[in-house]
Amino acid sequence: MKNKLMIVLLGVFFLGFGLLSSQAATNSLPALKVGFLCVGPVSDMGWNYTEQQGKVYLEKTLAGKVETVFAESVHESAEAERVMEKMIAQGCKLIFAASYGYLEPVLRVSARHPDVTFMQLSRFADKNNIGTYFGLTGEGFYLAGVTAGRMTKTNKLGFVGSHPVPSTLWAINAYTLGVHSVNPKAKVKVVWTETWIDPVLEVEAAKGLIDTGIDTLAFDQSDSLPIVKAAESKGIKVSGCYADVHQFAPKQWLTGPNLNWGPFYVKTCQAVMDHNWKNGVCICDMGSGVLELAPFGASVPEPVRKEVLALKEKIKSGKLVIFAGPIKDSQGAERLSAGQKPDIQWISKMNFFVQGIDGNLPKN
Amino acid sequence: MNIEIGEFLIAVSAGMVRSATPVLYATLGEIITERSGILNVGLEGIMLVGAFTGVAVTYNIHSIVLGLLAAMLVGLLMGLFHALLCVHFNANQVGTGIAMSIFGTGLSAYLGMDYVGKQINALGACKIPVLSDLPVIGPIFFSHDVLVYLTYLLVPLMAFIINRTRIGLTLRAVGEEPRAAAAAGVNVVQTRYLATAIGAALAGLGGAYLSLAYAQGWSENIAAGRGWIAVGLVLFASWSPFRALIGAYLFGGAISLQLRLQAAGLDVSPYLLGMLPYVLVIVVLSISTWRRKNAPSSVPTALGLPYIPQV
Repeated sequence: MKNKLMIVLLGVFFLGFGLLSSQAATNSLPALKVGFLCVGPVSDMGWNYTEQQGKVYLEKTLAGKVETVFAESVHESAEAERVMEKMIAQGCKLIFAASYGYLEPVLRVSARHPDVTFMQLSRFADKNNIGTYFGLTGEGFYLAGVTAGRMTKTNKLGFVGSHPVPSTLWAINAYTLGVHSVNPKAKVKVVWTETWIDPVLEVEAAKGLIDTGIDTLAFDQSDSLPIVKAAESKGIKVSGCYADVHQFAPKQWLTGPNLNWGPFYVKTCQAVMDHNWKNGVCICDMGSGVLELAPFGASVPEPVRKEVLALKEKIKSGKLVIFAGPIKDSQGAERLSAGQKPDIQWISKMNFFVQGIDGNLPKN
Repeated sequence: MNIEIGEFLIAVSAGMVRSATPVLYATLGEIITERSGILNVGLEGIMLVGAFTGVAVTYNIHSIVLGLLAAMLVGLLMGLFHALLCVHFNANQVGTGIAMSIFGTGLSAYLGMDYVGKQINALGACKIPVLSDLPVIGPIFFSHDVLVYLTYLLVPLMAFIINRTRIGLTLRAVGEEPRAAAAAGVNVVQTRYLATAIGAALAGLGGAYLSLAYAQGWSENIAAGRGWIAVGLVLFASWSPFRALIGAYLFGGAISLQLRLQAAGLDVSPYLLGMLPYVLVIVVLSISTWRRKNAPSSVPTALGLPYIPQV
């Protein structure tokens, strides 16, 4: 009796093994499985939405070669570690960690899996399997600033800021430099919401700015629609951030930065598949093709469009550096001397307002 | 200069009324619920589901009135469910409320994904003849939409019903001494069901105000904690509709003031200013509780306690 049972069990065991190995054979078809972590909902029509769009582009371009696993609203904590471990268990060999606070979990997971490649947003890590990438929207904000500087009639512009951290300051400062390059009389006013996403507060902040007589709005919250819609209904010109949402403000839309991650994802995946990926820093700006300019709104006249597009070409070819010395802060102190060009280390430590911003940077 | 300060104060006050309205609806609703002895801390979830329902219905049926009614109806159903658990099954009211809040947050985020970026006709401002043209009062109180004007009627109406009518007496009796009320022939279970449902319907309406009047569309977690503020404001208001109005205006006024102080270029940390509404709620809450220390408490005696009829 016992022997018969053993034979049956052995049979089941081998059968199962055979099934499993055939399963493994079909699973190994795509050359690369890629995981994506993003910090918010992809439905924000902003930062997280652009990441999902890039994933769709990647799947189309490298169809059959690449498979993706996508996780949204992943908290910057041990939660991220768990999600990444699960992705690796599913066979992911490349993981994009698209938020600032993922570095600590990435460091822990990457130490356990030296064969997996990690791409960390905005943070440096001195490890063989961790690369760093930056999504720098500053040049897009600069061009939006040029457009706004040309379009404003009151010479008062408003910016609804999220948190006063380097990446946000980079956006606000670039915007102001753009405004000033064509309209030195204009002043930019900043109101902070201290949230990445709170639609009601954003609308109230925008209304507060509108009460002071501004006629042009910009913002950097991770969701785009509340401010854009409020501007449209109040008759205030508005530029976007991260994603192109011009259809929500047909009358008042100017332009804005538009992140197009697709080609960058494809390039990185190709490098990993060809075994020539190296850990380094990828700057995703206009020159790299990741940062684009959103289409102009109907109210932007032809001469302004031509001027802005010409500037865009200059930026792309490297002839125009938007943050070129001399740069003075709002207190008048020189932050960058003549002829000096900032590097990514300098940008990622930015802690001042440039001249032209009405008000001082809050001290923490 | 004086004209400028005047304009600034009018702008702050108008923003105060606007920011206060959604919280005020939820607070008024919770007052009705708590007066019957049921505690519903799930307002945040109910507001979120209301905000989503408002957008979904307005988008599909192209009627903002139906959108608002649907938000109230869904709030009503969530209230009935809360009552089912707390009144029928005598579940712990705090636990049920927190579960309701988490459930509403998740459900609205899940269902709402398809409605992000959908264009809807938002609730616009409308003028009231004579009143809107008054100096100072006009721009502050009568430059808004219908739902704001409705609160001006709802607050005195609710105060009248609670304090001066038989319905109000029944409601208070159920919240204070359910057994005595039952002995006097009041249907305690029915009253509690109704009060919880109506209260949650008002919270749903407050949520719909966020998405239909403010943000003009759905975005995930649009309430951003306002439901919890409403629960706190009920304590501050000591279950009185008029005090709820004052509390909501203090909260809304602090939000409006801090944003406009920033816009005016005041050199104070926005983090400090951002804390203002919450600090204000805590301070006023502490003062009002401390002042009442020796006076008879206004907490409904049976609040949060299950009602088990005597056999």
